[in-house]
Amino acid sequence: MSLTKRDWQSITLSAVLLAVAACLPLTGDAYMLSIGITIAMYAVLATSWALFSGPTHYISLATAAFFGLGTYTTAIGIENGLNYWVTLPIAAILGAVLAALVGLATLRLSGVYFVIFTLGLAELVRQVVTWGQNVSGQKGLYVLTDITEVHIYWQLLVLAAIVYLTGWAIGRSRLGFALRIIGDDEEVARHSGINTSRAKILLFMVSGATAAVVGSMLAPRYIYIEPALAFTPMLSFLVVIMALLGGTGRLWGPLVGVIPFTLLWEAISASFPNQTTLLLGLSFLVIVYLLPRGFVGLIESGKRKMREREAFA
Amino acid sequence: MTTGPTVLSLRGATKRFGGLVAVNDMDFDVTEHEVLGLIGPNGSGKSTTLNLISGALKPTEGTISLRGTPISHLSAADIARRGIARTFQLVRLLPSMTVLENVRAGAVFGHRRRWGAEADAHALRMLALVGLDRRANAHVGELTYIDTKRVELARVLASEPKVLLLDEWLAGLNPTELEEGITLIKRLRDEGRTIILVEHVMDAIRSLCDRCVVMSTGLKIAEGTPEQVLSDPEVIRAYLGDDDA
Repeated sequence: MSLTKRDWQSITLSAVLLAVAACLPLTGDAYMLSIGITIAMYAVLATSWALFSGPTHYISLATAAFFGLGTYTTAIGIENGLNYWVTLPIAAILGAVLAALVGLATLRLSGVYFVIFTLGLAELVRQVVTWGQNVSGQKGLYVLTDITEVHIYWQLLVLAAIVYLTGWAIGRSRLGFALRIIGDDEEVARHSGINTSRAKILLFMVSGATAAVVGSMLAPRYIYIEPALAFTPMLSFLVVIMALLGGTGRLWGPLVGVIPFTLLWEAISASFPNQTTLLLGLSFLVIVYLLPRGFVGLIESGKRKMREREAFA
Repeated sequence: MTTGPTVLSLRGATKRFGGLVAVNDMDFDVTEHEVLGLIGPNGSGKSTTLNLISGALKPTEGTISLRGTPISHLSAADIARRGIARTFQLVRLLPSMTVLENVRAGAVFGHRRRWGAEADAHALRMLALVGLDRRANAHVGELTYIDTKRVELARVLASEPKVLLLDEWLAGLNPTELEEGITLIKRLRDEGRTIILVEHVMDAIRSLCDRCVVMSTGLKIAEGTPEQVLSDPEVIRAYLGDDDA
């Protein structure tokens, strides 16, 4: 596998951007850092979501299930004396296993059934955990560590780098090519010799494991977690909206959606705390109608127009 | 005229959709380097037979074997990997990709699997074979109808199949294109490929097929050289009705 000049340029640019982002805590501004964590968290979630949903067009609303699974893995692990760092790989494995099970059960289904199933799954897991906590007599769990906000932020940045590298490697691999073919025409994919279920399940596992690790990393931030917080369906919807706003056609697409939307969402939550769900729905409609291919689509059609104009001039 | 070794054989292949028997107890063999025409009136079960072979549908009964190994229980993907590749009655291309990428799909995932520069070079060779190498970087949306068919054919060829299934590959072409199309398939035939083609164009059947299997309402009603079957009274009756026989 040889790297072209353009590849090196993208890698260098990404590394510089990451280094700049890593300097954010140096400003010493707690509010900035808190927004930085939110952006980093959604950037990882939306990018890993798009790794699977971008090429296959399967909309998963199960992000909250994986996220919550990770959060609870870390909380329960720490309660039982495990080291925080040990809980991260456990969460990744559990997330991948859950994704594989969901994938085996549902990825043979076509689009809309998959959407409903994933939404149902997230609710089911939340209800089961709630029930489990009621039986054990606790409402929630304490996650007491010496991990600070700055640590969480840096961990998320490292995870983001891993996700981008993984996505980039998949894009260059046979698996990535197979997924593009599946997204274009699953019938052709099958008749070309692609094991379509296997390809989809593998990618869904990557996506699920990543979301679980994000949940683990965020657990110390919450200090006290309960099902309604860890498994909030709002999270699944926000991830989808942000990824679609950015555009799923490119690896960097979701990031372009995450940054403005997180800032907008901060403003909305601060000014209209009681109307967030309504405004979330409205922004969903606006994005789907006005920007069906997200900012990526907008940028690319802009580029094409520029080229055409140059060709005529 | 069975000369070479048998590549593909159907024994009692049957497909029922509820009460409808679309393919009824089909038996036939295809030998190496042979071009077999699967013909018959509309709705006689030709495409369904092709779908059974390619794994798009599972037979209700009977077996289909590739070089003696049963394949009828396998998925379409596994069958493709074992070396049976097909085109579709309504051309199916990958709309977001270039011509070259479309063909690369066959080269990367088919019977013989390639990757990287080797896959690209092979895909280009296949495009040259169908006469489309100059348009390798075109987007598939820019192509004329026959060129989309060429891309699909190149994609199928790129997997180096042992058996090639062409589902009405010549349908919908204008007279000039038809001539080009027949020449192209003749070239594949001369290369010694094993081909099953479902076809309505009589000129193509006469000039391309070594042997024909004629179907009517799911049954095989005749088998033989194109001259033999096309003069068979029962075949004429199936195509034109009782009055003309």
